[in-house]
Amino acid sequence: MKLSFDDLHKAFESRVRLGIMSALAVNDTLDFTSLKEFLDVTDGNLATHIKKLEKEEFIGVEKSFIDNKPNTKYSMTKKGKKAFDDYLKLMEQIIKSQK
Amino acid sequence: MKDEQDYIRNIAEIRSMMERTSKFLSLSGWAGIIAGIYALSGAWIASYVFGFNPNDIFYSSPNLPNVVMLACFVLILALVTAIYFSWKKSRQRSEKVWNTTSRRLLTHMAVPLVSGGIFILFLMSNGLTGLIAPLTLLFYGLALYNAGTYTIFEVRLMGMIQIALGLINCWFIEFGLIFWAIGFGIVHITYGIYMHFRYER
Repeated sequence: MKLSFDDLHKAFESRVRLGIMSALAVNDTLDFTSLKEFLDVTDGNLATHIKKLEKEEFIGVEKSFIDNKPNTKYSMTKKGKKAFDDYLKLMEQIIKSQK
Repeated sequence: MKDEQDYIRNIAEIRSMMERTSKFLSLSGWAGIIAGIYALSGAWIASYVFGFNPNDIFYSSPNLPNVVMLACFVLILALVTAIYFSWKKSRQRSEKVWNTTSRRLLTHMAVPLVSGGIFILFLMSNGLTGLIAPLTLLFYGLALYNAGTYTIFEVRLMGMIQIALGLINCWFIEFGLIFWAIGFGIVHITYGIYMHFRYER
């Protein structure tokens, strides 16, 4: 399924969501705490944005336990990678066309 | 509809996020300078106080245990200094010093360092003392080269210099201590000064 212009905008309009996707583009997996530290946001805020990206199937979740503590790892899905690349291309085009 | 400025800012943010989450950037030039000074002092003490000047691959000195202790002391001091300055710098950048990127950097350095260290201990216990200098340079260089992927590019360059020094040293075993002082002393200090002026001013 190809995402429309508006869909891409909606998915990435937030600074936090764009940050999550950028971080996951260069890391195979990142856990919740690392993402929180990199983005400097609250638990609740991060969770909301993650849920949104999860719903779009842009990121995948893998839950496990380390020393009996829950550990949640996030990674980018193929669909997410495609959407992120498309968004970058789109921005490139817009900037070029305005020059 | 957003305008061009918004997109340029978006792209800048994406770039910075990609860099911050994949590379450990809180390395300090001061740590390099001070570690270099420790190394030079250590080499001086080994040579003039302990009379330790390996001039052949097989070399024995009554002061070998002292030199090993001195080397460990220099290593620990250098590590503590590096951690302290990284901790200070990451606080300035309002980041945690112990995060995904620093963990990754350290594991990728530790593999060549620990395997090299054990190998060198084995050679030493068999009297091949003259190989300590070239091999510490070589394995340290490999560790830095490896680490260069996970931090600033210059670290990789420094790794290549240490590897070259270590290899050349193999043909000039009698100058081992001098090569060691150049690699761990002069190269660290030069790197530290460069880093300080390039990134910290």
